[in-house]
Amino acid sequence: MVELFLFFILAAVAIFGALAVVFARNPVYGAMGLMITLFSLAVFYVMHLAHLVAAVQVIVYAGAVMTLFLFVIMMIGVDKDEDTSEKLPMQRQLVAGLGLVVVLLAGIAVVGGRFDWVRPATSSVEVNGTVQEVGLLLFTDWILPFEATSLLLIIAAAGAIALAYFGPRRRDREDA
Amino acid sequence: MEVTAAWYMSLAAVLFLIGASGMLIRRNALMMFMSIELMLNSVNLTFVAAGKELGSLDGQLAVFFVLVVAAAEVVVGLAIIVSVFQSRSSASADDLSKLKG
Repeated sequence: MVELFLFFILAAVAIFGALAVVFARNPVYGAMGLMITLFSLAVFYVMHLAHLVAAVQVIVYAGAVMTLFLFVIMMIGVDKDEDTSEKLPMQRQLVAGLGLVVVLLAGIAVVGGRFDWVRPATSSVEVNGTVQEVGLLLFTDWILPFEATSLLLIIAAAGAIALAYFGPRRRDREDA
Repeated sequence: MEVTAAWYMSLAAVLFLIGASGMLIRRNALMMFMSIELMLNSVNLTFVAAGKELGSLDGQLAVFFVLVVAAAEVVVGLAIIVSVFQSRSSASADDLSKLKG
């Protein structure tokens, strides 16, 4: 009963935030909408006993990533007169039709109640995403992706520094 | 009424849909980026919901890697947006149709 109640409230909040991302004129409002969506998803994670994922969601996503977004919004200014006119013919109608199909399929899934290909848990042990459990799995079964991730992060950091250092403004300064 | 995994997946589908339409409708590169984040998060929700349904922690592990890749992507993407803005003083994706320096 509590889960049902929470689901409906948080789903509404999440969808409201998502719509704000799409329709907000001001990018700052869009960022705030995305933030409340991230927070409601974090509550869903807690309901699924994914405690560590929920914590990381709030700290990394709502904290670090969204702060970065807001920084960039402040830095490059907010242009409210965004031209949203469509240059490709028929694209809007096509997208609306495809979206309708997806919503229809999702509705069928809800009415069906359960996905056939998702078999219920074979063991009766409930999944509990504590730091210990997740960490154990991360450093045994998932060690290769974990190491690959470190490489990815180094490349991303180097790329961001390179873009900032050898960016267009730098070149202008050298010309002048 | 019980909240099954299918409900969460349907919610995730709706969020993904909103993110995808945002990607197509918005012209501001930053807002397109945020729409991508929205889509990534909806996928994370399906991972966690399916993981619980299957009785496996692997779903939550997958979410971690999605998070890391998203963070790396945001760092590089925002750096590119700032770099483009400095040279063209516009963040609109339509202004970038000519790929020449």
